Amino acid sequence: MEPTREQALAIYRVMHLIRRFEERVAECFAAGEIPGFIHLAIGQEAPPAALCALLQPQDLLSATHRGHGQCLAKGAEPSRMMAELFGRATGYCRGKGGSMHLCHLPLGVLGTNGVVGANLPIAVGTALAAQIRGSRQVTVAFFGDGAANTGAAHEALNLASVWDLPIVFVCENNLYAEFTPQAVHTKAARIADRAAVYGIRGVRVDGNDVPAVFAAAAEAVEAARSGAGPTLIEAMTYRYHGHHEGDAMTYRSKEEVETWRARDPIPRFRAWLLGRGMITTTEDGRLAEEVQAEVDAATAFARESPWPAPEAALEDVYA
Amino acid sequence: MPEIRYVKAIADALSEEMTRDERVIVLGEDVGAPGGAFGATKGLYQQFGKERVRDTPISETAIVGAAIGAAANGLRPVVEVMFMDFIGTCWDQVVNQMAKMRYMFGGQVRLPLVLRTHTGAGLNAGPQHSGSLEAWAVHVPGLKVVMPSTPADMKGLLKAAIRDDNPVIVVENKTLYAMKGEVPAGEHVVALGRAEVIRAGTDVTVVALSRMVHEALKAADLLAREGISAEVLDPRTLSPFDRKALLASVARTGRLVVAHEAWGPCGFGAEVAALAAEHGFRSLKAPIRRVTPPFTPVPFSPPMEKFWLPDAERIARAVREVLG
Repeated sequence: MEPTREQALAIYRVMHLIRRFEERVAECFAAGEIPGFIHLAIGQEAPPAALCALLQPQDLLSATHRGHGQCLAKGAEPSRMMAELFGRATGYCRGKGGSMHLCHLPLGVLGTNGVVGANLPIAVGTALAAQIRGSRQVTVAFFGDGAANTGAAHEALNLASVWDLPIVFVCENNLYAEFTPQAVHTKAARIADRAAVYGIRGVRVDGNDVPAVFAAAAEAVEAARSGAGPTLIEAMTYRYHGHHEGDAMTYRSKEEVETWRARDPIPRFRAWLLGRGMITTTEDGRLAEEVQAEVDAATAFARESPWPAPEAALEDVYA
Repeated sequence: MPEIRYVKAIADALSEEMTRDERVIVLGEDVGAPGGAFGATKGLYQQFGKERVRDTPISETAIVGAAIGAAANGLRPVVEVMFMDFIGTCWDQVVNQMAKMRYMFGGQVRLPLVLRTHTGAGLNAGPQHSGSLEAWAVHVPGLKVVMPSTPADMKGLLKAAIRDDNPVIVVENKTLYAMKGEVPAGEHVVALGRAEVIRAGTDVTVVALSRMVHEALKAADLLAREGISAEVLDPRTLSPFDRKALLASVARTGRLVVAHEAWGPCGFGAEVAALAAEHGFRSLKAPIRRVTPPFTPVPFSPPMEKFWLPDAERIARAVREVLG
């Protein structure tokens, strides 16, 4: 299944937004404006953008520590996200969470998560509730190649499969678990093959190829929605930045990074759109400007937003 | 009042709450068709069906995580992690996810969920099936922790836990499952956060947890024959702890002994003693004493386990020392 023009343009716009947003985050972090730890997914924009184009507002999304893109793709406002990253009171989590704990329930974003693999069992739970309530919500749970080796991932995949839950597992395989290459941490390189062990569908796609991700995702979301249970999608992709901002990246070669930059998902999808006449170069230029303005506005909002009152630290422990 | 067993109080509470609220579901290993390893969920599968009473794989991380996600998406799950010794297998989900989710998301999420688990030595179950780890959970903000010692409290506290909008760890005691006790007929809910004076006294306050409440009562009988009047206070809820009840009791008696099956260092007794020292120091006429087992794993062999477990005699001895 191919995206419609409307879907394709929405995906393209979201990819731009993620890229510009995260580039700005890198700048603000380097300038000392963003406290704490930051993990960027620049280069990995295609999977969240393509997946979320297939979701309804009530559908649920669960992401990792590298999850800004997923939140933006599900519709989170860049301004309130940026404010959260800045630690301001106007952030989605009122400054309690930051980059690794972003959440916006009305959009079904049940959080980025600071513990690798730990979001998957929780996503199984949102899917369980959807099944029991008959709410027709689909849950999409993102994780990485590193998380694939956690016990939590195995338990979650098994439980989701045995209950035929409405969930799509998306492994963004960026070839590194923190600093460790996949060959060091996993013998059987194709994570999608693990689906067979759980008796569910598994598919590996080029994660920098939007139409390929979209086609796999469309089948998986439809299967989940129609009661046919989970799918495991492995999207092969790459992050240009380090595991965290400030990572010296001594563990990979410049040549490798350049090889992947040549497969950058954004120019590739632009060529696809232009080839199909879905966008003109003028429209493309305007879209880039609009997104840049949106990110500028988000940054200004974050900078101008107040810090939380220190005593607000005492709130939100119990309902 | 009808007499029922502690384990039946659990099944009754679950059945009543599942009838009252269709969002309540039960998850765990063998909780469905088999009715639970100790019979605590007996009859629920037949009454409510496999959708709401779910047997799970042996995957504590997945089932506790599933309870968290289900709670965030509109249900009120009750998940069972059998022996509390097993909670290490899913501790990340409890401490980093369940307990922190509401806070780190700035109050956006409510997690109405109950985690049932059981502690208790005395059944020769050995080092990995006998532990009392309630202090681990009490240490973590975002969790509530109850530890019922009687069938009535078991039922009432479990019902209150299910109705609470926060994660509540319900720490049962497997050696009490067969215990019979009076449970008020009809609706019986015991508010979280309230201690109970089980036996009034004037010379010493004995704070005891779970099965040690019964040992403390036996000790109070022994001591009464010696002319010593011991007050027995059962916190029932460990978090949030009823500090007022503790301080009021210590103000009356001027002496404090704390007894539990968990290890002493950083155990709940350490917290009780610290609170009494910080806020009730002027009431105290003697040093505080803790009655806890030796700082070793729970031994298997019957004579060693009996030696290991605190009992009425040890509690009575501590009281005599405090009064000495």
